[in-house]
Amino acid sequence: MSTYPLIAVVGNPNAGKSALFNMLTGARQKVGNYPGVTVERKSGRLYLADGRPVELVDLPGAYSLDPSSPDEEVTRDVLLGKQQGERLPDALLIVLDASNLDNHLRFALQLIALGAPTVVALNMVDLARRDGLDIDPVALERELGVPVIETVAVRRRGGDELKEALSASVGAARRLRAGDGAKAEDFAAIQRRARAIAKLVTVSEREVRRSTQIIDSIALHPVAGPLIFVGIMFFMFQAVFAWSEAPVNWIEALVAATQGAVAGIIPDGLLRSLLVDGVLAGVGAVIAFLPQILILFLFILVLEASGYMVRAAFLMDRLMARVGLSGHAFIPLLSSFACAIPGIMATRTIEDPKHRLTTILIAPLMTCSARLPVYGIIIGAFIPARSIGMGIGLQGLVLFGLYVLGVLGALVAALVLRFTVTRGAPRGFMMEMPKYQLPRARDIAIGLWSRTLIFLKRAGTIILVSTVILWALLAFPQPKPGETALDSSIAGKVAGALEVVVRPIGFNHEIALALIPAMAAREVAVSALATAYSIQADDSDEGSRVIEDRLRGRWSLPTALAFLAWFVFAPQCLSTVAVTRRETNGWKWPAFMLGYLFALAYVAAGAVYWGAVALGL
Amino acid sequence: MMSLDQLPFRTPATVTGIDWSRLSEPDARRLRNLGFDEGVRIEALHGAPFGRDPLAIRIGRMTVAMRRLQAQAISVEAGGQ
Repeated sequence: MSTYPLIAVVGNPNAGKSALFNMLTGARQKVGNYPGVTVERKSGRLYLADGRPVELVDLPGAYSLDPSSPDEEVTRDVLLGKQQGERLPDALLIVLDASNLDNHLRFALQLIALGAPTVVALNMVDLARRDGLDIDPVALERELGVPVIETVAVRRRGGDELKEALSASVGAARRLRAGDGAKAEDFAAIQRRARAIAKLVTVSEREVRRSTQIIDSIALHPVAGPLIFVGIMFFMFQAVFAWSEAPVNWIEALVAATQGAVAGIIPDGLLRSLLVDGVLAGVGAVIAFLPQILILFLFILVLEASGYMVRAAFLMDRLMARVGLSGHAFIPLLSSFACAIPGIMATRTIEDPKHRLTTILIAPLMTCSARLPVYGIIIGAFIPARSIGMGIGLQGLVLFGLYVLGVLGALVAALVLRFTVTRGAPRGFMMEMPKYQLPRARDIAIGLWSRTLIFLKRAGTIILVSTVILWALLAFPQPKPGETALDSSIAGKVAGALEVVVRPIGFNHEIALALIPAMAAREVAVSALATAYSIQADDSDEGSRVIEDRLRGRWSLPTALAFLAWFVFAPQCLSTVAVTRRETNGWKWPAFMLGYLFALAYVAAGAVYWGAVALGL
Repeated sequence: MMSLDQLPFRTPATVTGIDWSRLSEPDARRLRNLGFDEGVRIEALHGAPFGRDPLAIRIGRMTVAMRRLQAQAISVEAGGQ
């Protein structure tokens, strides 16, 4: 950690804090985690007007120093010097939404009362003006007693003035005193003072331009609203597949070319097998999903930045209430379609601990992108590519059915959990609905870039390691004459034991084998099947087309369907278990999650298998 | 005088009182943090499809989503100064 002065960027949610942070620090950002909690710590370096470097830390948005979520708790604890792993800030940069002063001044007054050197960024003055609101920054400065700078972060206006004001403030004798401000002033008094100041500094307030209200009267309309929602969801999932086709092919071609090149340089033997069959085949199969994950995240970031995401939560609240949750749960669950890990991390905005726990427990049931390779191969091999009319293909329909099955499973699981292990008092759904805004390409790009890094880091560590371990387990000990490589290997022996358990639900030896490494990450099941069948056949450089042909020859249709059903429910992802442990502070809930999901998967796969056999499929 | 959930849509009103005892402690805290207080001007803008619940409430220049159950704890008077 740097020893430069630390400036904390604080403000209400939706004050444009992140855009301001991006404007000041650009791409020089570090994203980490606070120890013990999974609240993201975003920091970056900034050079003040006098050339001094400072560290800027972007604290989670909060409404007051009286926190109502784990996120807001971090903000309070940092400001009071009680947050583990964070220094007491040397100065505060408070971000205010100029068009929402009476609401945002409340928190600002609490913050100024802490007594640290403070600069206020009066942000989004352009939107305020468009809304018919003129604020007098000089009057505001007089009332608050700290410098006030007008900014438009999304247009990068006001940055230099901010840096100047900060260089005058940082290093001033005043400092935050640890442990201060817990009970500063009567909240109602602050409330009234905030409203009085807002009134005083508002020079003119013309008729509001209610563009947000007009959009909402369509987006939240009883008939049009749900249709638009379904349309957006449909477009999003369709785009995930359609737009990713070309880039996925490029990545696959690149991996194949690299495999070919490596095979040309390194002589046949263990090293070549490790690189080509282990590292490149395994990691390559996973990297190929980067385009789909990025497209899904692109949609999620745009929906969030535009303000629509909260409307979606608003529309979904009734449905979520039926299963004992609230609209809050919708946003993390939608993220879980990309990957359960960011989804589970996004649950920290849910205030109610029982709601939050329930959402964490059902998040793995959302069909994450890691299941796609598994679904893709099996559907490609066993479901005929024919149309069932109206331009709908049977393969697409089966895929859609698997998504629906996951969602239904999640809703039922939530209902059962809320009546049993996560029972608790019903809670309301209260959420600020931000103004609609055109998302800024720069902010979206920064968000996507940090996702890409996280994904590549995962591929480079956990997936690489598990692939190499799997390769070793499959390759050793080397077969004696007359023995197949698969049967002689360690993995083969373990799979033999596991096979006894999964035989009743229609799984064979190779599936049992693939399930072991797929514990690390689901998508590894594909490369594991590929590796298992290719080590058996001893011709490793053939593509997935060939895997599909091999599967078709060796698996019955009921087995294939049971395999699909298994992957709808099975918690086959170590990272999800790890993040659940971190979020719930212990092994109790991840253990419960593993247990209930494996039980669900076993029952579902068995039911599908025996159902299909009975139907004579 | 009526409660917020009975207030017709698009009718500006003033909060005359909040029955904090009807709200759970976290809900009450959230409501306070969002600026709900006696004398504040509010307006019900939209209701979600299927039962018009939750509601979208304008308070100052902010819009807040809230279920009818919580809105029942807020007394309002249509119009007001």
